[in-house]
Amino acid sequence: MEITYIQAINQALHEEMGRDENVFVMGEDVGELGGAFKVTEGLLAKFGEERVIDTPISEALIVGAGIGAAVMGMHPVVEMQFADFISCGFDQIVNMAATLRYRHGGRAACPLVIRAPSGAGVHGALFHSQNPEAWFTRVPGLKVVTPATVYDAKGMLKSAIRDGNPVVYFEHKRLYRSLKQDIPEGEFTVPLGVAEIRQPGTDLSIITYGGTLHQSLDAARIVEKEDGISIEVVDLRTLLPLDRNAILETAKKTGKVLVVHEDRLTGGIGGEVAAIIAENAFEYLDAPIRRVAAMDTHTAFAPSLEQAILPNTNKIADAIRNLAAY
Amino acid sequence: MPDADTREEAPSPARAKKVSAPSVEHELQLYYWMKLIRAFEDRVARLSRQNKIFGGVYSGAGQEAICTGICAPLQPGDFVAPLHRDLGVFLMRGADPGRLMAQLMAKENGLSRGKDSGLHGGDLENGIFGSTSMLGSSLPVAVGAALKFKMKKDKNIAVAFFGEGAASRGDVHEAMNFAGVHKLPVLFVCENNRFAYSTPLEKQMAIENVADRARAYGFPGHVVSGNDLLAVVAVSDRLVDRMRKGGGPELVECKTYRYRGHSEHDPALYRDKNELIEWEARDPIPQYEFFLEKKGHDLKRIREEVDERAKQVVQAAVEFAEQDAMPDPSEAMEDLYAPPLSGSPFSTNGRK
Repeated sequence: MEITYIQAINQALHEEMGRDENVFVMGEDVGELGGAFKVTEGLLAKFGEERVIDTPISEALIVGAGIGAAVMGMHPVVEMQFADFISCGFDQIVNMAATLRYRHGGRAACPLVIRAPSGAGVHGALFHSQNPEAWFTRVPGLKVVTPATVYDAKGMLKSAIRDGNPVVYFEHKRLYRSLKQDIPEGEFTVPLGVAEIRQPGTDLSIITYGGTLHQSLDAARIVEKEDGISIEVVDLRTLLPLDRNAILETAKKTGKVLVVHEDRLTGGIGGEVAAIIAENAFEYLDAPIRRVAAMDTHTAFAPSLEQAILPNTNKIADAIRNLAAY
Repeated sequence: MPDADTREEAPSPARAKKVSAPSVEHELQLYYWMKLIRAFEDRVARLSRQNKIFGGVYSGAGQEAICTGICAPLQPGDFVAPLHRDLGVFLMRGADPGRLMAQLMAKENGLSRGKDSGLHGGDLENGIFGSTSMLGSSLPVAVGAALKFKMKKDKNIAVAFFGEGAASRGDVHEAMNFAGVHKLPVLFVCENNRFAYSTPLEKQMAIENVADRARAYGFPGHVVSGNDLLAVVAVSDRLVDRMRKGGGPELVECKTYRYRGHSEHDPALYRDKNELIEWEARDPIPQYEFFLEKKGHDLKRIREEVDERAKQVVQAAVEFAEQDAMPDPSEAMEDLYAPPLSGSPFSTNGRK
């Protein structure tokens, strides 16, 4: 059955709420409206307002109440209407949820999913385009996932709901309706913390995640066809915990690594990926590790500025060619 | 003047007797709790001066009647989010005194296993939620626990303690607003001890009572003397009972005073000495002893018995904690992540 990325998320919510009555959804406009993007469409009609809760504009409350319900045995899936707004719930995520099990000496769990529609390229400007994943990837106690395919969007959300820990689930807005895929009808999950090789190759590796996976695959196909080089594309899928083995294996296999993400360059997860490789696989490298990421500025509104700031297929293709020629 | 909708609780014992006269056994048990909390606090302060307690010590001395009175009508399964001064919540809700003392000494068998300081180590099996240092941020969490109780039609309630200092935070507003909208069974308890670290009340708020804000969230606010155990018990009994019957949130503001500095290292030179003396004259323990004596109890005998009992509990706790080890360095990476979901939310992952 071919469905879109947004339908995959919606299906996962329907199925998990049907499977487990402790799963419920809470956030701004998630009920009657079905969410600003219609991710939660149909849930209110099916599960009622006790389990599909429209909240006031109160991100700290949304996350905090999710934590309270989670420690008491519920499995809430709370929504930040835009990932940009997650900063208003930041303390509850990084101090309250992330340290919860640690400060209770291992005798508590916080099975909470925080969904956050992120990403640029939709003319969202400064406050509807952000990719704030790196604020969270250095916080132990959290898991951070960034599904990039329809299959993963569904399978990883189901895994996140069953995980037992606070999981920040970044879903890329640009993929919502642009991405379609045939997925199996039956039950499946995708494990968290495991990267996936999207296309095998031997000359050069691209390590990416989220929205830039598709631009990376497009760029790889163009360069492979035009220049005859073989490119491996690795989708990290989960940013915390990072699949260090997958990163090192591809680096050792090809000896040339390009890290690509839509998040800003400085302080992005790409720096950590590069450090892991430099520390553990330096002698396998045939070239410096290179990165393609958003410029170190805000995601500006004017299309001319936005295009200049964000990575795209052409920029990735150029970076591949430069690195291949090194 | 308090807002017209904020109910000022009349001074006890007159009102308390009318509303809920505790049984003899119960009134003596409440006395024991206050004395145990004070004895525990005193010992912790002494141990702190001997460098046996690590980190800050945040004394609740003078505020014992609040924990005692609020926790008195609580039942197993209720959820309580205490403050950093609410040692009494831990003792009354059934946390092991030895593990509590070990917690303050950063030992392996402390509630947080040496992971966090002070009263941050929670004990959820006894319904005690460990707070963070971002005071006020426990209120949304307590609201979430109350949401669960409502969704599951449980008869339990959630209690969230906060200071008048935390009352200035946005989390407190968000939590109370949502609780009001959904009429959740959550009791918000403001311990107004007149200081946010060094900042006095008049620099924190432009109105008389934190409780006056309750009306803005659509539920009742109450002001009570936090140094008068009978008054606190009376209001707590009544509100908790009302909430168990589906009555929705309540805010009770307990007026009190912080005897010690913000922490033991703070001499609190910023405040008026006379103010402290005035409040010490309203100490909750002698006030309650006066009541017991008037009721015809042999106070001298009861005090000796209770002091001895409390002393033994504290001594045993100290002995347990002193012989307990510091956590092994290998523990630093433990307790970060829970295994995938199983039955109990209090997943121990093989730990005791």
